[in-house]
Amino acid sequence: MKPSPFTYHRPSSVSEAVEVLAELGEDGKVLAGGQSLVPLMSMRLAAPGHLVDINHLPELDSVEVTDTTVRVGALARHSRVEHDAAAYAAIPLLRQGLLNVAHPTIRNRGTTVGSLVHADPAAEMPAVLALLDGVVQLSSTTGSREVPASEFFLGPMESALRAGELAVAATFRRPPDGSGSAFLELARRHGDYAMCGVGAVVTLDADDALTAARVALISVGGGPVLVDVTTAITGSGGGFDPAVLRELVDGPIDPEDDIHASADYRRHLAHVLTGRALTRAREHAVRGRRQERAA
Amino acid sequence: MNTPASTTEPLVRVRFTVNGTPHELDVPARRLLSDALRHDLRLTGTHVGCEHGVCGACTVLVDGRPVRSCLAFAVTLEGAAITTVEGCCTADGSMGPVQQAFQDCHALQCGFCTPGFVTTITAYLDDVADPSAEEAREAISGNLCRCTGYQNIVAAVQRAAELKRGETP
Repeated sequence: MKPSPFTYHRPSSVSEAVEVLAELGEDGKVLAGGQSLVPLMSMRLAAPGHLVDINHLPELDSVEVTDTTVRVGALARHSRVEHDAAAYAAIPLLRQGLLNVAHPTIRNRGTTVGSLVHADPAAEMPAVLALLDGVVQLSSTTGSREVPASEFFLGPMESALRAGELAVAATFRRPPDGSGSAFLELARRHGDYAMCGVGAVVTLDADDALTAARVALISVGGGPVLVDVTTAITGSGGGFDPAVLRELVDGPIDPEDDIHASADYRRHLAHVLTGRALTRAREHAVRGRRQERAA
Repeated sequence: MNTPASTTEPLVRVRFTVNGTPHELDVPARRLLSDALRHDLRLTGTHVGCEHGVCGACTVLVDGRPVRSCLAFAVTLEGAAITTVEGCCTADGSMGPVQQAFQDCHALQCGFCTPGFVTTITAYLDDVADPSAEEAREAISGNLCRCTGYQNIVAAVQRAAELKRGETP
Protein backbone atom coordinates (compact mmCIF):
# COMPACT_ATOMS: atom_id res chain seq x y z
CA MET A 1 0.00 0.00 0.00
CA LYS A 2 1.04 3.57 -0.58
CA PRO A 3 0.18 6.60 1.57
CA SER A 4 -2.69 8.79 0.43
CA PRO A 5 -1.82 12.26 -0.93
CA PHE A 6 -0.99 15.09 1.43
CA THR A 7 0.34 18.61 1.23
CA TYR A 8 3.95 18.92 2.26
CA HIS A 9 5.42 21.77 4.28
CA ARG A 10 9.12 22.21 4.93
CA PRO A 11 9.55 25.10 7.39
CA SER A 12 13.04 26.46 7.93
CA SER A 13 12.63 27.58 11.54
CA VAL A 14 10.67 26.56 14.62
CA SER A 15 8.71 29.83 14.52
CA GLU A 16 7.74 29.14 10.91
CA ALA A 17 6.79 25.57 11.85
CA VAL A 18 4.41 26.65 14.61
CA GLU A 19 2.90 29.31 12.33
CA VAL A 20 2.16 26.66 9.71
CA LEU A 21 0.75 24.33 12.39
CA ALA A 22 -1.44 27.15 13.73
CA GLU A 23 -2.86 27.77 10.26
CA LEU A 24 -3.51 24.08 9.64
CA GLY A 25 -5.12 23.34 13.01
CA GLU A 26 -6.50 19.80 13.18
CA ASP A 27 -5.36 19.05 9.61
CA GLY A 28 -1.66 19.47 10.41
CA LYS A 29 0.59 16.63 11.50
CA VAL A 30 4.28 16.89 12.32
CA LEU A 31 6.72 14.60 10.47
CA ALA A 32 9.92 13.91 12.40
CA GLY A 33 11.56 10.49 11.98
CA GLY A 34 8.39 8.98 10.55
CA GLN A 35 9.18 5.47 11.75
CA SER A 36 5.69 5.07 13.18
CA LEU A 37 3.79 7.61 11.10
CA VAL A 38 4.93 6.50 7.63
CA PRO A 39 3.91 2.83 8.05
CA LEU A 40 0.57 3.97 9.48
CA MET A 41 0.11 6.13 6.39
CA SER A 42 1.24 3.34 4.06
CA MET A 43 -1.33 1.04 5.64
CA ARG A 44 -3.90 3.86 5.35
CA LEU A 45 -4.50 3.79 9.07
CA ALA A 46 -3.59 7.48 9.05
CA ALA A 47 -4.21 9.99 6.30
CA PRO A 48 -3.21 13.46 7.46
CA GLY A 49 -4.03 16.22 4.96
CA HIS A 50 -0.83 18.14 5.69
CA LEU A 51 2.58 17.10 6.91
CA VAL A 52 4.90 19.62 8.50
CA ASP A 53 8.44 18.29 8.10
CA ILE A 54 10.73 19.30 10.98
CA ASN A 55 13.74 17.39 9.61
CA HIS A 56 15.34 20.61 8.41
CA LEU A 57 15.31 22.38 11.77
CA PRO A 58 18.80 21.76 13.20
CA GLU A 59 17.92 23.87 16.25
CA LEU A 60 15.79 20.90 17.38
CA ASP A 61 18.61 18.36 16.95
CA SER A 62 20.02 18.60 20.46
CA VAL A 63 20.90 16.57 23.53
CA GLU A 64 21.71 18.82 26.51
CA VAL A 65 23.00 17.27 29.72
CA THR A 66 23.08 19.08 33.07
CA ASP A 67 23.80 17.77 36.58
CA THR A 68 20.15 16.94 37.08
CA THR A 69 18.53 16.59 33.65
CA VAL A 70 18.89 15.43 30.07
CA ARG A 71 16.96 17.55 27.59
CA VAL A 72 16.32 15.91 24.23
CA GLY A 73 15.31 18.08 21.27
CA ALA A 74 12.54 17.04 18.90
CA LEU A 75 14.93 16.13 16.08
CA ALA A 76 17.40 14.08 18.16
CA ARG A 77 17.30 10.58 16.69
CA HIS A 78 17.06 7.65 19.11
CA SER A 79 20.55 6.54 18.04
CA ARG A 80 22.04 9.91 18.93
CA VAL A 81 20.54 9.82 22.43
CA GLU A 82 21.57 6.18 22.82
CA HIS A 83 25.22 6.87 21.94
CA ASP A 84 25.55 10.16 23.85
CA ALA A 85 28.14 9.35 26.53
CA ALA A 86 27.22 12.30 28.77
CA ALA A 87 23.52 11.42 28.61
CA TYR A 88 24.31 7.83 29.53
CA ALA A 89 26.52 8.88 32.43
CA ALA A 90 23.77 11.15 33.77
CA ILE A 91 20.81 8.81 33.20
CA PRO A 92 21.69 5.22 32.21
CA LEU A 93 17.99 4.37 31.87
CA LEU A 94 17.85 6.37 28.63
CA ARG A 95 20.18 3.94 26.84
CA GLN A 96 18.73 0.94 28.69
CA GLY A 97 15.30 1.83 27.33
CA LEU A 98 16.47 2.82 23.85
CA LEU A 99 18.23 -0.50 23.26
CA ASN A 100 14.77 -2.06 23.28
CA VAL A 101 13.34 0.35 20.70
CA ALA A 102 13.01 -1.65 17.45
CA HIS A 103 16.33 -2.13 15.60
CA PRO A 104 19.39 0.10 15.17
CA THR A 105 18.25 0.99 11.63
CA ILE A 106 14.92 2.29 12.94
CA ARG A 107 16.69 4.15 15.74
CA ASN A 108 18.86 5.92 13.15
CA ARG A 109 15.78 7.73 11.89
CA GLY A 110 13.16 7.64 14.64
CA THR A 111 13.19 10.41 17.24
CA THR A 112 12.73 10.08 20.98
CA VAL A 113 10.34 13.02 21.24
CA GLY A 114 8.35 11.65 18.28
CA SER A 115 7.95 8.37 20.11
CA LEU A 116 6.61 10.23 23.17
CA VAL A 117 4.06 12.17 21.11
CA HIS A 118 3.00 9.00 19.29
CA ALA A 119 2.08 7.58 22.73
CA ASP A 120 2.00 3.94 21.70
CA PRO A 121 1.19 1.89 24.83
CA ALA A 122 3.84 -0.62 23.69
CA ALA A 123 6.56 2.03 23.35
CA GLU A 124 9.50 2.16 25.74
CA MET A 125 10.35 5.86 25.92
CA PRO A 126 7.00 6.98 27.39
CA ALA A 127 7.70 4.57 30.26
CA VAL A 128 11.19 6.02 30.65
CA LEU A 129 9.79 9.57 30.72
CA ALA A 130 7.21 8.53 33.33
CA LEU A 131 9.80 6.81 35.53
CA LEU A 132 12.09 9.83 35.42
CA ASP A 133 9.32 12.37 36.18
CA GLY A 134 10.01 13.95 32.81
CA VAL A 135 8.21 16.77 31.08
CA VAL A 136 7.44 17.51 27.44
CA GLN A 137 7.86 21.08 26.16
CA LEU A 138 5.16 22.15 23.72
CA SER A 139 5.28 25.32 21.62
CA SER A 140 2.67 27.13 19.59
CA THR A 141 2.13 30.63 18.25
CA THR A 142 0.37 31.50 21.50
CA GLY A 143 3.25 30.48 23.75
CA SER A 144 4.76 27.37 25.23
CA ARG A 145 3.88 25.04 28.06
CA GLU A 146 5.39 22.08 29.86
CA VAL A 147 3.37 18.97 30.47
CA PRO A 148 4.57 16.39 33.01
CA ALA A 149 4.60 12.74 31.92
CA SER A 150 1.78 12.01 34.39
CA GLU A 151 -0.51 14.30 32.36
CA PHE A 152 0.96 13.77 28.90
CA PHE A 153 -0.10 10.21 28.08
CA LEU A 154 -3.89 10.27 27.90
CA GLY A 155 -4.54 6.86 26.33
CA PRO A 156 -3.51 4.57 23.48
CA MET A 157 -1.92 6.75 20.73
CA GLU A 158 -3.20 9.85 22.47
CA SER A 159 -1.02 12.51 24.04
CA ALA A 160 -1.81 15.92 25.50
CA LEU A 161 -0.44 17.63 22.38
CA ARG A 162 -3.08 20.03 21.01
CA ALA A 163 -3.74 21.04 17.43
CA GLY A 164 -1.27 23.74 16.45
CA GLU A 165 1.34 22.65 18.97
CA LEU A 166 4.86 21.36 18.28
CA ALA A 167 6.63 19.20 20.86
CA VAL A 168 10.05 20.86 20.83
CA ALA A 169 11.82 18.83 23.52
CA ALA A 170 11.50 16.44 26.44
CA THR A 171 13.38 16.73 29.70
CA PHE A 172 14.27 13.60 31.67
CA ARG A 173 15.24 14.04 35.32
CA ARG A 174 18.17 12.27 36.85
CA PRO A 175 17.17 9.96 39.74
CA PRO A 176 18.70 10.69 43.18
CA ASP A 177 22.27 9.61 44.00
CA GLY A 178 22.47 5.94 44.89
CA SER A 179 19.92 4.96 42.24
CA GLY A 180 20.09 2.16 39.70
CA SER A 181 17.87 1.25 36.80
CA ALA A 182 17.03 -1.42 34.25
CA PHE A 183 14.68 -2.01 31.33
CA LEU A 184 13.57 -5.50 30.36
CA GLU A 185 11.01 -6.70 27.89
CA LEU A 186 9.86 -9.79 26.09
CA ALA A 187 8.94 -9.70 22.40
CA ARG A 188 8.10 -12.51 20.01
CA ARG A 189 10.98 -11.55 17.76
CA HIS A 190 14.01 -9.38 18.44
CA GLY A 191 13.02 -5.74 17.93
CA ASP A 192 9.27 -6.34 17.79
CA TYR A 193 6.84 -4.54 20.04
CA ALA A 194 7.02 -6.10 23.48
CA MET A 195 4.26 -8.35 24.78
CA CYS A 196 5.22 -6.77 28.08
CA GLY A 197 8.09 -4.57 29.20
CA VAL A 198 9.18 -3.13 32.53
CA GLY A 199 11.48 -0.26 33.41
CA ALA A 200 12.65 0.02 37.00
CA VAL A 201 14.42 2.62 39.13
CA VAL A 202 15.52 1.84 42.70
CA THR A 203 17.36 3.99 45.24
CA LEU A 204 19.75 2.84 47.98
CA ASP A 205 20.61 4.54 51.26
CA ALA A 206 24.18 4.98 52.53
CA ASP A 207 24.22 1.36 53.75
CA ASP A 208 23.07 0.04 50.37
CA ALA A 209 19.58 -0.78 51.69
CA LEU A 210 16.70 -0.14 49.29
CA THR A 211 14.70 2.96 50.20
CA ALA A 212 12.55 3.57 47.12
CA ALA A 213 11.53 1.67 44.02
CA ARG A 214 9.28 2.34 41.06
CA VAL A 215 8.45 0.49 37.88
CA ALA A 216 6.75 1.51 34.64
CA LEU A 217 5.10 -1.20 32.59
CA ILE A 218 4.34 -1.17 28.85
CA SER A 219 1.88 -3.13 26.70
CA VAL A 220 -0.37 -3.81 29.70
CA GLY A 221 -2.47 -0.65 29.74
CA GLY A 222 -3.49 2.41 27.75
CA GLY A 223 -0.09 3.98 28.26
CA PRO A 224 2.92 3.54 30.51
CA VAL A 225 1.69 2.23 33.88
CA LEU A 226 3.75 3.77 36.66
CA VAL A 227 3.72 1.88 39.96
CA ASP A 228 5.47 2.82 43.19
CA VAL A 229 6.61 -0.49 44.70
CA THR A 230 8.50 0.91 47.69
CA THR A 231 6.19 -0.93 50.08
CA ALA A 232 7.32 -4.26 48.60
CA ILE A 233 10.88 -3.73 49.88
CA THR A 234 11.67 -6.38 52.51
CA GLY A 235 12.53 -5.42 56.08
CA SER A 236 16.29 -5.64 55.59
CA GLY A 237 16.14 -3.47 52.48
CA GLY A 238 17.92 -6.17 50.49
CA GLY A 239 15.14 -7.23 48.15
CA PHE A 240 11.45 -7.34 47.37
CA ASP A 241 8.55 -9.44 48.60
CA PRO A 242 7.20 -11.13 45.45
CA ALA A 243 3.64 -11.45 46.77
CA VAL A 244 3.43 -7.76 47.64
CA LEU A 245 4.98 -6.86 44.27
CA ARG A 246 2.38 -8.92 42.44
CA GLU A 247 -0.42 -7.25 44.32
CA LEU A 248 0.94 -3.75 43.70
CA VAL A 249 1.36 -4.39 39.96
CA ASP A 250 -1.92 -6.26 39.50
CA GLY A 251 -4.12 -3.34 40.49
CA PRO A 252 -3.17 -0.70 37.93
CA ILE A 253 -2.40 -2.90 34.89
CA ASP A 254 -5.13 -3.87 32.46
CA PRO A 255 -3.69 -6.20 29.83
CA GLU A 256 -5.72 -7.23 26.80
CA ASP A 257 -5.82 -10.34 24.65
CA ASP A 258 -4.48 -10.17 21.14
CA ILE A 259 -3.09 -12.63 18.60
CA HIS A 260 0.36 -12.46 20.19
CA ALA A 261 -0.48 -13.06 23.84
CA SER A 262 -3.44 -13.56 26.11
CA ALA A 263 -4.23 -11.09 28.86
CA ASP A 264 -3.35 -13.75 31.46
CA TYR A 265 0.02 -14.37 29.87
CA ARG A 266 0.79 -10.65 29.78
CA ARG A 267 -0.15 -10.42 33.46
CA HIS A 268 2.22 -13.30 34.17
CA LEU A 269 4.96 -11.51 32.23
CA ALA A 270 4.28 -8.30 34.16
CA HIS A 271 4.91 -10.16 37.44
CA VAL A 272 8.03 -11.94 36.27
CA LEU A 273 9.60 -8.98 34.45
CA THR A 274 8.86 -6.61 37.36
CA GLY A 275 10.80 -8.87 39.72
CA ARG A 276 13.68 -9.26 37.28
CA ALA A 277 13.88 -5.58 36.38
CA LEU A 278 13.94 -4.58 40.06
CA THR A 279 16.67 -7.11 40.80
CA ARG A 280 18.68 -5.87 37.85
CA ALA A 281 18.14 -2.23 38.88
CA ARG A 282 19.32 -2.99 42.41
CA GLU A 283 22.46 -4.71 41.07
CA HIS A 284 23.07 -1.66 38.89
CA ALA A 285 22.74 0.64 41.91
CA VAL A 286 25.08 -1.50 44.03
CA ARG A 287 27.63 -1.58 41.21
CA GLY A 288 27.41 2.20 40.88
CA ARG A 289 28.01 2.57 44.61
CA ARG A 290 31.09 0.35 44.49
CA GLN A 291 32.52 2.34 41.61
CA GLU A 292 31.87 5.58 43.53
CA ARG A 293 33.68 4.22 46.60
CA ALA A 294 36.58 2.93 44.51
CA ALA A 295 36.92 6.36 42.89
CA MET B 1 8.17 6.72 -14.04
CA ASN B 2 8.33 10.35 -13.13
CA THR B 3 5.45 11.32 -15.40
CA PRO B 4 3.63 14.36 -14.06
CA ALA B 5 0.97 13.98 -16.77
CA SER B 6 -0.32 10.82 -15.08
CA THR B 7 -1.11 12.57 -11.84
CA THR B 8 -2.88 15.67 -10.70
CA GLU B 9 -0.92 15.72 -7.49
CA PRO B 10 1.31 18.71 -6.99
CA LEU B 11 4.99 17.91 -7.30
CA VAL B 12 7.65 18.89 -4.85
CA ARG B 13 11.24 19.45 -5.84
CA VAL B 14 13.91 17.58 -3.88
CA ARG B 15 17.67 17.43 -4.37
CA PHE B 16 19.97 14.75 -2.99
CA THR B 17 22.91 12.67 -4.12
CA VAL B 18 22.70 8.94 -4.73
CA ASN B 19 26.01 7.08 -4.78
CA GLY B 20 27.74 10.41 -5.30
CA THR B 21 25.62 11.55 -8.25
CA PRO B 22 23.48 14.65 -7.65
CA HIS B 23 19.80 14.31 -8.55
CA GLU B 24 16.97 16.80 -8.72
CA LEU B 25 13.53 15.22 -8.69
CA ASP B 26 10.01 16.55 -8.90
CA VAL B 27 7.85 14.02 -7.08
CA PRO B 28 4.53 13.85 -5.28
CA ALA B 29 5.10 14.46 -1.56
CA ARG B 30 3.91 10.95 -0.78
CA ARG B 31 6.60 9.28 -2.92
CA LEU B 32 8.50 6.89 -0.67
CA LEU B 33 12.28 7.02 -0.98
CA SER B 34 12.23 3.35 -2.02
CA ASP B 35 9.92 4.19 -4.93
CA ALA B 36 11.88 7.31 -5.87
CA LEU B 37 15.03 5.20 -6.12
CA ARG B 38 13.42 2.35 -8.03
CA HIS B 39 10.89 4.10 -10.25
CA ASP B 40 12.21 7.62 -10.71
CA LEU B 41 15.93 6.87 -10.73
CA ARG B 42 15.67 3.27 -12.01
CA LEU B 43 18.05 2.07 -9.31
CA THR B 44 16.33 -1.26 -8.82
CA GLY B 45 19.02 -2.74 -6.58
CA THR B 46 17.03 -1.50 -3.59
CA HIS B 47 14.34 -4.13 -2.99
CA VAL B 48 10.95 -3.55 -1.43
CA GLY B 49 9.69 -6.39 0.74
CA CYS B 50 7.12 -5.59 3.41
CA GLU B 51 6.91 -1.84 2.80
CA HIS B 52 6.27 -1.14 6.46
CA GLY B 53 9.70 -1.25 7.99
CA VAL B 54 9.87 -4.82 9.22
CA CYS B 55 11.92 -6.78 6.67
CA GLY B 56 14.89 -4.50 6.03
CA ALA B 57 15.25 -5.34 2.31
CA CYS B 58 14.93 -1.67 1.33
CA THR B 59 17.68 -0.45 3.68
CA VAL B 60 19.87 2.30 2.20
CA LEU B 61 22.43 4.60 3.81
CA VAL B 62 21.45 8.19 4.49
CA ASP B 63 24.53 10.24 5.32
CA GLY B 64 26.26 6.95 6.06
CA ARG B 65 23.65 5.52 8.45
CA PRO B 66 21.32 2.63 7.55
CA VAL B 67 17.72 3.76 7.11
CA ARG B 68 14.59 2.05 5.79
CA SER B 69 13.88 3.67 2.43
CA CYS B 70 10.23 2.54 2.63
CA LEU B 71 9.79 4.55 5.85
CA ALA B 72 10.97 7.88 4.47
CA PHE B 73 9.34 10.27 2.04
CA ALA B 74 11.78 11.25 -0.69
CA VAL B 75 10.98 14.94 -0.19
CA THR B 76 12.24 14.87 3.39
CA LEU B 77 15.74 13.92 2.22
CA GLU B 78 16.56 17.31 0.75
CA GLY B 79 20.36 17.69 0.82
CA ALA B 80 21.07 14.12 1.94
CA ALA B 81 23.80 11.81 0.65
CA ILE B 82 22.20 8.46 -0.11
CA THR B 83 24.06 5.22 -0.76
CA THR B 84 22.27 2.23 -2.26
CA VAL B 85 23.56 -1.28 -2.85
CA GLU B 86 24.75 -0.07 -6.26
CA GLY B 87 27.15 2.18 -4.35
CA CYS B 88 28.59 -0.59 -2.18
CA CYS B 89 31.06 -1.73 -4.85
CA THR B 90 34.68 -0.69 -5.25
CA ALA B 91 35.72 2.38 -7.24
CA ASP B 92 36.39 0.29 -10.37
CA GLY B 93 32.93 -1.27 -10.22
CA SER B 94 33.98 -4.69 -8.95
CA MET B 95 32.42 -6.21 -5.84
CA GLY B 96 32.94 -4.43 -2.54
CA PRO B 97 34.15 -6.38 0.50
CA VAL B 98 30.65 -7.14 1.76
CA GLN B 99 29.46 -8.34 -1.64
CA GLN B 100 32.61 -10.45 -2.04
CA ALA B 101 32.09 -11.93 1.42
CA PHE B 102 28.49 -12.85 0.55
CA GLN B 103 29.78 -14.78 -2.44
CA ASP B 104 32.61 -16.39 -0.47
CA CYS B 105 30.32 -17.54 2.35
CA HIS B 106 27.30 -18.46 0.26
CA ALA B 107 25.32 -15.88 2.20
CA LEU B 108 22.56 -15.53 -0.38
CA GLN B 109 20.23 -17.82 -2.24
CA CYS B 110 17.35 -15.96 -3.85
CA GLY B 111 19.05 -12.63 -3.16
CA PHE B 112 15.92 -10.65 -2.46
CA CYS B 113 16.96 -9.53 1.01
CA THR B 114 20.64 -9.16 0.08
CA PRO B 115 20.71 -5.43 -0.83
CA GLY B 116 19.42 -4.55 2.64
CA PHE B 117 22.02 -6.76 4.27
CA VAL B 118 24.85 -5.36 2.14
CA THR B 119 24.05 -1.73 2.95
CA THR B 120 23.49 -2.45 6.66
CA ILE B 121 26.72 -4.43 6.99
CA THR B 122 28.73 -1.89 4.95
CA ALA B 123 27.81 0.84 7.45
CA TYR B 124 28.28 -1.45 10.44
CA LEU B 125 31.84 -2.37 9.46
CA ASP B 126 32.74 1.32 9.28
CA ASP B 127 32.07 1.41 13.04
CA VAL B 128 33.21 -2.07 14.11
CA ALA B 129 36.36 -3.48 12.51
CA ASP B 130 36.34 -6.97 14.00
CA PRO B 131 32.90 -8.10 15.17
CA SER B 132 32.31 -11.32 17.08
CA ALA B 133 29.68 -13.73 15.76
CA GLU B 134 27.31 -12.47 18.43
CA GLU B 135 27.90 -8.84 17.50
CA ALA B 136 27.42 -9.70 13.83
CA ARG B 137 24.11 -11.35 14.67
CA GLU B 138 22.97 -8.24 16.56
CA ALA B 139 24.07 -6.03 13.66
CA ILE B 140 21.85 -7.87 11.19
CA SER B 141 18.93 -8.38 13.58
CA GLY B 142 16.80 -5.84 11.73
CA ASN B 143 17.02 -7.68 8.40
CA LEU B 144 14.96 -10.73 7.53
CA CYS B 145 16.11 -13.54 5.24
CA ARG B 146 13.72 -16.36 4.46
CA CYS B 147 15.88 -18.80 2.55
CA THR B 148 19.61 -18.66 3.23
CA GLY B 149 19.44 -18.82 6.97
CA TYR B 150 21.48 -16.54 9.11
CA GLN B 151 24.56 -18.71 9.81
CA ASN B 152 26.14 -17.95 6.47
CA ILE B 153 25.24 -14.28 6.70
CA VAL B 154 26.87 -14.01 10.12
CA ALA B 155 29.94 -15.69 8.61
CA ALA B 156 29.86 -13.19 5.75
CA VAL B 157 29.85 -10.24 8.18
CA GLN B 158 33.05 -11.58 9.74
CA ARG B 159 34.56 -12.44 6.34
CA ALA B 160 33.80 -8.94 5.05
CA ALA B 161 35.52 -7.51 8.12
CA GLU B 162 38.60 -9.62 7.25
CA LEU B 163 38.55 -8.43 3.65
CA LYS B 164 38.22 -4.83 4.78
CA ARG B 165 41.16 -5.22 7.14
CA GLY B 166 43.17 -6.53 4.20
CA GLU B 167 43.44 -10.07 5.52
CA THR B 168 42.95 -12.66 2.79
CA PRO B 169 43.46 -16.12 4.24
